[in-house]
Amino acid sequence: MTISEKIARGGFADPVFAAQTVFRAVMDAMARPGAVHGVSTDVRPPSPLNATAAAVALTLADADTPLWLGAELARSDAVRGWLSFHTAVPFAEFISHAGFAIVANPANVQPLSGFALGTQEYPDRSTTIIMQVETLTSGAPMTLSGPGIKGSRTIAPHPMPGHFKTQWRDINGHYPRGVDLVLASENAIACLPRTTRIGEREV
Amino acid sequence: MYVAVKGGETAIRNAHRLLANRRRGDPSVPSLTLEQIAEQLALACDRVMSEGSVYDRDLAALAIKQARGDLIEAIFLLRAYRTTLPRFGYSEPVDTAAMQVERRISATYKDLPGGQMLGPTFDYTHRLLDPALAGDEEVEAPESHESDETPVVRVSDILAREGLIENDGVSESEEIGDLTRTPMEFPMNRDTRLQALSRGDEGFLLALGYSTQRGYARSHPFAGEIRIGEVDVEFDVPELGFTVTLGRIRVTECQMVNQFQGSSKAPPQFTRGYGLVFGQSERKAMAMALCDRALRATELGEDIVAAAQDEEFVISHSDNVQATGFVEHLKLPHYVDFQAELDLVRRMRAEHAARRDSDSDSDSAMPEAAE
Amino acid sequence: MTIHTDDGLATYNFAYLDEQTKRMIRRAILKGIAIPGYQVPFASREMPMPYGWGTGGVQVTAAVIGPDDVLKVIDQGADDTTNAVSIRNFFAKVAEVETTTDTATASIIQTRHRIPEEKLKEGQILVYQVPIPEPLRFLEPRETETRKMHALSEYGLMHVKLYEDIAKNGHIATTYAYPVKVEGRYVMDPSPTPKFDNPKMHMSDALQLFGAGREKRIYAIPPHTDVVSLDFEDYPFEVQTFVEPCALCAAHGVYLDEVILDDKGGRMFVCSDTDHCEKRREGGHRGHLAGDARETAQ
Repeated sequence: MTISEKIARGGFADPVFAAQTVFRAVMDAMARPGAVHGVSTDVRPPSPLNATAAAVALTLADADTPLWLGAELARSDAVRGWLSFHTAVPFAEFISHAGFAIVANPANVQPLSGFALGTQEYPDRSTTIIMQVETLTSGAPMTLSGPGIKGSRTIAPHPMPGHFKTQWRDINGHYPRGVDLVLASENAIACLPRTTRIGEREV
Repeated sequence: MYVAVKGGETAIRNAHRLLANRRRGDPSVPSLTLEQIAEQLALACDRVMSEGSVYDRDLAALAIKQARGDLIEAIFLLRAYRTTLPRFGYSEPVDTAAMQVERRISATYKDLPGGQMLGPTFDYTHRLLDPALAGDEEVEAPESHESDETPVVRVSDILAREGLIENDGVSESEEIGDLTRTPMEFPMNRDTRLQALSRGDEGFLLALGYSTQRGYARSHPFAGEIRIGEVDVEFDVPELGFTVTLGRIRVTECQMVNQFQGSSKAPPQFTRGYGLVFGQSERKAMAMALCDRALRATELGEDIVAAAQDEEFVISHSDNVQATGFVEHLKLPHYVDFQAELDLVRRMRAEHAARRDSDSDSDSAMPEAAE
Repeated sequence: MTIHTDDGLATYNFAYLDEQTKRMIRRAILKGIAIPGYQVPFASREMPMPYGWGTGGVQVTAAVIGPDDVLKVIDQGADDTTNAVSIRNFFAKVAEVETTTDTATASIIQTRHRIPEEKLKEGQILVYQVPIPEPLRFLEPRETETRKMHALSEYGLMHVKLYEDIAKNGHIATTYAYPVKVEGRYVMDPSPTPKFDNPKMHMSDALQLFGAGREKRIYAIPPHTDVVSLDFEDYPFEVQTFVEPCALCAAHGVYLDEVILDDKGGRMFVCSDTDHCEKRREGGHRGHLAGDARETAQ
């Protein structure tokens, strides 16, 4: 397949209903942080973009949302071309301008506080970071609490950014400014909005 | 058994059936055609296009017919249609200097290049009802002359050549704002503000403009120029590398020339207030220009002392579709909230009565004690 | 998918809104959920119903709804009020979804002025129609000012207002649209629901979404979120109580509407939540006027 063939293929077969289904999964996941929501999608993006992260991008990103790609994705012309063909997103030059970011390997991601955190007046003008993970359940467990969580909830994503808990506590400290994470494995998502707190003790 | 008001669906259906019947009126009277509305109620169509933000005379005529002549309702119909239209892109700014002018007057010069052209105006008609119009008397053909195709120079350009008036202004950002696509935010840039004014309610802007003349933020306006005519709408197609003309639209433009004292840094210059609306609507364009000038108070370092200068106040309340919706929503049931208020007022009245009774008990006890 | 009208003239996208608009609204909803109680500005569209009549709620529902959803629409707690009927018909037409009056079966409930009596469940979505989303608006009309107050968490003005009520009337004179604080951060307008319904928002199992179309704001409360009605130690928040039970289903502890029966002061109190009332009556609960009313009707 040529690059342009790769680029034109693999979008939603039925954009209206596919986007609605994926959105509901993201919305439910954002409303219930840490809960794992299965996403089955017919999207076939070029590697290393995974299908779930791609489906979330097709659902939410468009010409109005500057997108920033982590190094592994930014290097791939096929990935850039595919996202730009299917969503018309402009690519953000700086991470602090990104409405969305997609990161193929969270272990290498820039410090989270470098993304757009919004302002005190407009905390919504902040980056939603889509992080591709290998697993949501068999990494190191984290105990979550906060809005959307009855008591506490455990999630075990892998890989995650270095010193993630410290970074996240720092993000918590900026509230209402902050970033929101969508963790995307091959077939499921879980979200960590800025309100979610990660417990000291691992279960 | 008591049944709470049921049958909302039937009620709505029947109400709409009655509405359709009333809209049509006496069936022995011929139905209006859209051509008749577009041709003979042209200024109503212009207002509906302008405040409905869609330049389509036939749809405006249809909306007016459907709305039984209620223009705000017609504007609403057109707006609700507009919102479903796909957006292909943004046209180039229209060049009003290149306008094919049908009316052009300036109050600031006795005569000027291009001349004063009265055009189709109500001005200087004596407002006497004309019984002849009750019939269908033939109308004289208008006087006409060959257009020499020379663009009519704009008065603001004449003043600008001498540096007597401020520049046309440059957009604060590269992209022109669009309040139908991005949430409104205050303070606003002038481009978005002008868009809001152009869509704004004619009556509201008229009253505000009038208030500035009466001293609520006086701006010493002169009608530098009012021109009505047709302009090309051009669209830049990057793939083609040139612009294509999509068509011609009729617009009314008003440039107010307003007084402004210079500062130590800048020599005195006149300032501008600008109005531009679809179709022929001089009143709206002039009112818009007055409001635009008043709303530039902050930019020009003027004190904000009157309603017309208050951007949040003016722009938040200028849209008649929003205003009519919210005012009229008061007719929707509010009985749940009213019940909550009833309960509180009853309770407070009971407490008040209890206090009064205990007060009067002690009052009636007083004289005895005094004795 | 597009929906065609019978005459084949106009076509609409599924759920009326175009996909770009849905994306914009969906993004706003996600940020709303991530920042509970914060009002996210959105580019509200003109809808085919008037501003002030539920355009915000309708846009939120349209952005969320899918073909498998079951929709319930209430106004004043009732499924059969004309505006509720109108909005329900709108979605039945443009999204071809199943509609219901049963609170328990609905996956999305759009409401104006009430929260259903029946406890909402995990997975349900309650969409509120909001006229004025800014709780501080009546104290400070300027958006530029209220935005600063929210930014700085500066809510003293609201407490002063409530306290002035007490000084003047002996009560907090706010009976509906009673302000709440969400997760200890944002003061939020719950929409003009009676304060009777405020406690239902606290730690709800359902997701609560708020849409203000004319004012162009969306906000949200995720499930299991702390929602506290503002009050004072010496004047704790309390809800309305009704002396009589519902005249039809004998329910206590529900919100009642006063129905005027004649011009001689005759009146009855009945459930504002029509679905709740009907279900209780089906379950054999009889209020003191249920039988009499039948005789009168016959």
